[in-house]
Amino acid sequence: MSFVPGQPVTAVVERIEIQKLSQGPNLVLGFCIGGGIDQDPGQNPFSDDKADKGIYVTRVSPGGPADVAGLKIGDKIMQVNGWDMTVVTHDQARKKLTKKNEHVVRLLVTRKTLEEAVKQSMSRPGPS
Amino acid sequence: SSRFGRYKRKQRPRHWSVLSTTWLLERHVVHHGECPNACSWNLSKLITDPGGYSGIGIPLKNKTESVTHSPLGHSTAASRERSRDRHKSRSKDSRSEKSVTINTPPAEPLLGDSSVRGEQVQDDNWGETTTAITGTSEHSLSQEDIVRITKDLEDSVGLNCRRYLTRILAVILGVLVLLTPLAFLVLPHLLWPDKLQKCGTACEGLYISIAFKLLILLLAVWGLFFRPPRASLPRVFAFRALLSVLVLLFVISYWLFYAVRILEAQDADYQGIVQYAVSLVDALLFIHYLAVVLLELRQLQPCFSVCVTRSTDGETRHYNLGQLSIQQAALAIIEHYYSDFPVHNPALLSASKSRAAKHLAGLKVYNVDGPGPGNNPAAGLAHSQSRAMIAAAARRRDTSHNELYYEEAEHERRVRKRKARLVVAVEEAFTHIKRMQEEEQKKSPGDVMDPREAAQAIFPSMARALQKYLRTTKQQHCHSMESIQQHLAFCITNNMTPKAFLESYLTPGPTLQYSRDRWLARQWTLISEASVTSGLRDGTVFLLKCVDFSLVIAAKKIPFVQMSEEYIDPKSHKFVLRLQSETSV
Repeated sequence: MSFVPGQPVTAVVERIEIQKLSQGPNLVLGFCIGGGIDQDPGQNPFSDDKADKGIYVTRVSPGGPADVAGLKIGDKIMQVNGWDMTVVTHDQARKKLTKKNEHVVRLLVTRKTLEEAVKQSMSRPGPS
Repeated sequence: SSRFGRYKRKQRPRHWSVLSTTWLLERHVVHHGECPNACSWNLSKLITDPGGYSGIGIPLKNKTESVTHSPLGHSTAASRERSRDRHKSRSKDSRSEKSVTINTPPAEPLLGDSSVRGEQVQDDNWGETTTAITGTSEHSLSQEDIVRITKDLEDSVGLNCRRYLTRILAVILGVLVLLTPLAFLVLPHLLWPDKLQKCGTACEGLYISIAFKLLILLLAVWGLFFRPPRASLPRVFAFRALLSVLVLLFVISYWLFYAVRILEAQDADYQGIVQYAVSLVDALLFIHYLAVVLLELRQLQPCFSVCVTRSTDGETRHYNLGQLSIQQAALAIIEHYYSDFPVHNPALLSASKSRAAKHLAGLKVYNVDGPGPGNNPAAGLAHSQSRAMIAAAARRRDTSHNELYYEEAEHERRVRKRKARLVVAVEEAFTHIKRMQEEEQKKSPGDVMDPREAAQAIFPSMARALQKYLRTTKQQHCHSMESIQQHLAFCITNNMTPKAFLESYLTPGPTLQYSRDRWLARQWTLISEASVTSGLRDGTVFLLKCVDFSLVIAAKKIPFVQMSEEYIDPKSHKFVLRLQSETSV
């Protein structure tokens, strides 16, 4: 999940689609984000590389739309509806997630277990 | 009336000093506890007994007629103090290695006490010190420094002769060099005047340029080479020798060319000859520039940090020197020594010497078994003796640290007490002067009291306190009565406060502050393993030995600093408030 500046970032991602739930006048997704390029990456408890300034999921409210869709705590959000989330400020990320006229957000998230699963499946001899 | 006034003014100081003298003599009689009738015998004893408890070294020969005897009984406290002081001075004499000299007033030390070992006056030139080399591989050849020509001189040539000889040689070389262009210009006119072409304004311009360049060269050579020398060094200075050889070769080659191509061929082109002379002068100016760079500029940049330690009491100073040869470094350090190091006071070392003597003095070694057969008895004896002594000294319960602690505390207290008395006495004396000055001003305005008279008037009132203080701090041999009076007159002239007057007695000043015979540092010996004309290097150690002490000098190289440039983000070294916020979406 760490990146080398100047090199393209590669990651194994999972596509998660969350339907926004309307609570009164607001549309909520049911999770909290942390991180951003204007934040201190050293305080992020979920990242492996403490220089990673990406957007991470810090809390998932149980039973909420994100939980239902399969978002897990500690996931790093790579894209929101096609918008890049790896090099954005915290406020920009919040804005992209809470657009009033969108009811569905399609996220690309990555986590370490995904990479390991892919590695395992590649090393296992496939059905010929 | 003016005559009467003058007479009155002269009278007062004499009256005051007479009174003070009698006061001191009476007190002296009291302290000796002798019968006042034997006072005259005591006074003569005062001058000739350096070890006893003597009073102030007053020039008694012109004051004895004013002595008054008064039957004053001596108190027991005075006699106790007297006996204690007598005992102390006696034991001090038995332990010290000072020789006793009798000084004549007014250059008498304050106590008529034993002065430190007399020095032979080496030479009377101010600032001159001689360095003699006693290295390990030196030959008896010695070469000069100020000379610009390398020449071997025999040892029998005296030092002064050598200096004058080098001066004369330098002057000869200089005259030769300066007259050469003029000779180049004048010789064609003398030898073949009819064949010469007339050259017009170009030549005249060249004449002017030659004249000014020669003037500049003359001034530059005078400025660089004919300064009063600070010292004479025994070994030749490599750069000066190199430069003088270069100049000589240069001038000789020009002369050769001139002789062969111009004189023999009797060249008619005078402008060419003039240009040739101009090129010679230009080249001489460039050689002078080279001389400035090699002799002056190269050693200015500090390259080495030398640590100079005095071997007897450990005084240490650090200096920055450039790339110098060892003898030049020694010269620089000697000059720094006179202005930086406090004067060497051998009286302060007696305490540690006595402690060192006591450490092994209490042990006597008896050899019970006889010397073994076959082995060297003397060596075996010495070896076993030293081992036994060390073992016994280690086991013995040594309480000398206790003694040292209490002795030092006692000494500190005594010094402080005497200092307090001294300060009070001096302040009283100075206020007395001020009062006298004010009275003078009121009586006859415009009259200034002679500071010398004022100093002599108040000196006796503080002399005793000052003498006791100097004795306690073991500085009494550094100051003579005359010097103290001179200093007092100096302070009065410049309106100094008593504190300013006392400053030179409270702390030992640099060696230059004292008169020459108190320096104890007149003849130096440079001892070095490396050759003295080799340059300083990291880890060079050499010694400057004096009769009483030696300076140990260790050089260390100042480290090489390598700076490199790289770009860093301007925000990375500033303080940034970082947050980690969490937003729920």
